[in-house]
Amino acid sequence: MSPRAASRLETLGFAEVYDYVDGKADWMAAGLPTEGTNAQHPRAGDTARRDVPTCRLTEKLGDVRSRVEAKGWNAAVVVDDERVVLGLLRSKELAMDAAQPIENVMRPGPSTFRPYVSLHEMLHFMVDHKLESSPVTTSDGRLVGLLLQKDVVAAMEKEK
Amino acid sequence: MPKQIRREEVRKLVADGAQLVEVLPSPEYEEDHLPGAIHVPLKKIDSLAGEVLDRTRPVIVYCWDTA
Repeated sequence: MSPRAASRLETLGFAEVYDYVDGKADWMAAGLPTEGTNAQHPRAGDTARRDVPTCRLTEKLGDVRSRVEAKGWNAAVVVDDERVVLGLLRSKELAMDAAQPIENVMRPGPSTFRPYVSLHEMLHFMVDHKLESSPVTTSDGRLVGLLLQKDVVAAMEKEK
Repeated sequence: MPKQIRREEVRKLVADGAQLVEVLPSPEYEEDHLPGAIHVPLKKIDSLAGEVLDRTRPVIVYCWDTA
């Protein structure tokens, strides 16, 4: 739609016309602010916990578990150097053999969500798929935070 | 031909005074639009553009994504 609009504006005499090709989806996926009726309601990106522990593929599970527990968490997100999400560790994986490297025990390729998804939509998905937590990422896969189902419920209660 | 740009360039041009224009229909614009964006739906562009946009300043148009 925007290429047609940009082209038409040029023919209408606008001299300097640009097309933001990735559009609103890209803007919102980056967690940037918007205006409008939806802007006041919290979304996945607002509610996700940004302080979620992270770890690398080659770390030993025992080391990661100690770090995660010390921070009072029972989950961690496996990321690369660019914070791209590679996997997830929930309680079950964290309880496995301490000597194993993370890549052998993680849940690979978890479903991720963009920051602009509404909490209502998130709750439906998480309940339907029995997910206690889900990573929120930008459109290029970088971790924003971990969204906990209990935080979604609490935020929606607060909205009422 | 209009130049295709990415997010960082959008922010830079807007800071320098470019006009941001959302061309999606009303419900989408009303729910969420980029800060300060002017609404010119594609179907009304012929009649509205000259009225609400400044021809002397750069214009950046956007919709939902690349489609």
